[in-house]
Amino acid sequence: MDHQNQSLQDLHHIKNMMERSSRFISLSGLSGIAAGVFALAGAWVAHSKISLYNYENSPGFNDERGSYIFRDGTSLLINQLVVIALLTFVAAFISSFFFTYLRSKSNGIPLWGTASIRLFWNTIIPLAVGGLFLLRCLQMEYYDLIAPGCLIFYGLALVNASKYTLGEVKYLGYCQLILGITNLWMIGYGLYFWAAGFGILHIIYGLLMWFKYERASNIE
Amino acid sequence: MNNPIENLNKIFDSRVRLGIMSTLMVNDAINFNDLKQLIDVTDGNLASHIKSLEDAGYIKVNKGFIGRKTNTTYAVTKAGQKAFQQHLDALEKMIKTIK
Repeated sequence: MDHQNQSLQDLHHIKNMMERSSRFISLSGLSGIAAGVFALAGAWVAHSKISLYNYENSPGFNDERGSYIFRDGTSLLINQLVVIALLTFVAAFISSFFFTYLRSKSNGIPLWGTASIRLFWNTIIPLAVGGLFLLRCLQMEYYDLIAPGCLIFYGLALVNASKYTLGEVKYLGYCQLILGITNLWMIGYGLYFWAAGFGILHIIYGLLMWFKYERASNIE
Repeated sequence: MNNPIENLNKIFDSRVRLGIMSTLMVNDAINFNDLKQLIDVTDGNLASHIKSLEDAGYIKVNKGFIGRKTNTTYAVTKAGQKAFQQHLDALEKMIKTIK
């Protein structure tokens, strides 16, 4: 009986070492929640800007505005939205980084090790390609493709990254992909899809991961 | 009935050696410092376990340089993969005898 117990422990040790060395498992659920909250805040600010713009440009609001000014107003709005998007991204990135940093410290796993470098490259490639694609969409004024594009490229990045971190990231990726593709056939609701994907899905994912992996270890 | 313990590889008796092999099975190559952090042992301890795995022909050492600093990486050999797989099978058999 003792030998069997020993074998089980050995197998457990092997599994643990394989996971620790090949996957970056310090990704914190709190990171997901923080990113989701910032995404919702960003979407809310963007929504109010768009509403204001629609109100100011509604028929009868300011009749002496010519079409030239109207176009100028559009590019001003787009500029504002791009700034909001960038600020949201930076805030979400810094806050997620912070919680994951805390967790990797308490786990005793270096933040910048073989596993995290591999995770980084496998996430950044689809994201960077997506970023360039969306930048070109902005230049060519295909604004309707921005939100579904964000969701689709982010979803692909997550599915790719899931092999190098917590496997559950894959399901978050699939959900983002479904939202992004659905959005392609529901043009005009981009901001709502964007808020659902980057806001609500992140928060749900973060809560699930926190309950599954971190709550238990915090109580022990 | 033969004794299933006989199939277990004596070299993998040590937790440190088991850890080194597990890590190398899922990574193409890994360097000394990463291995040390993952397994959480002292330099001397890790070095001696690496030596015994190397002597058994289970891992190969690749001495390289990053700039002027030495960067020694380790990888598993064909023989090592086979031996580890057999060890896993033996462990599995051991557990099955409970039933």
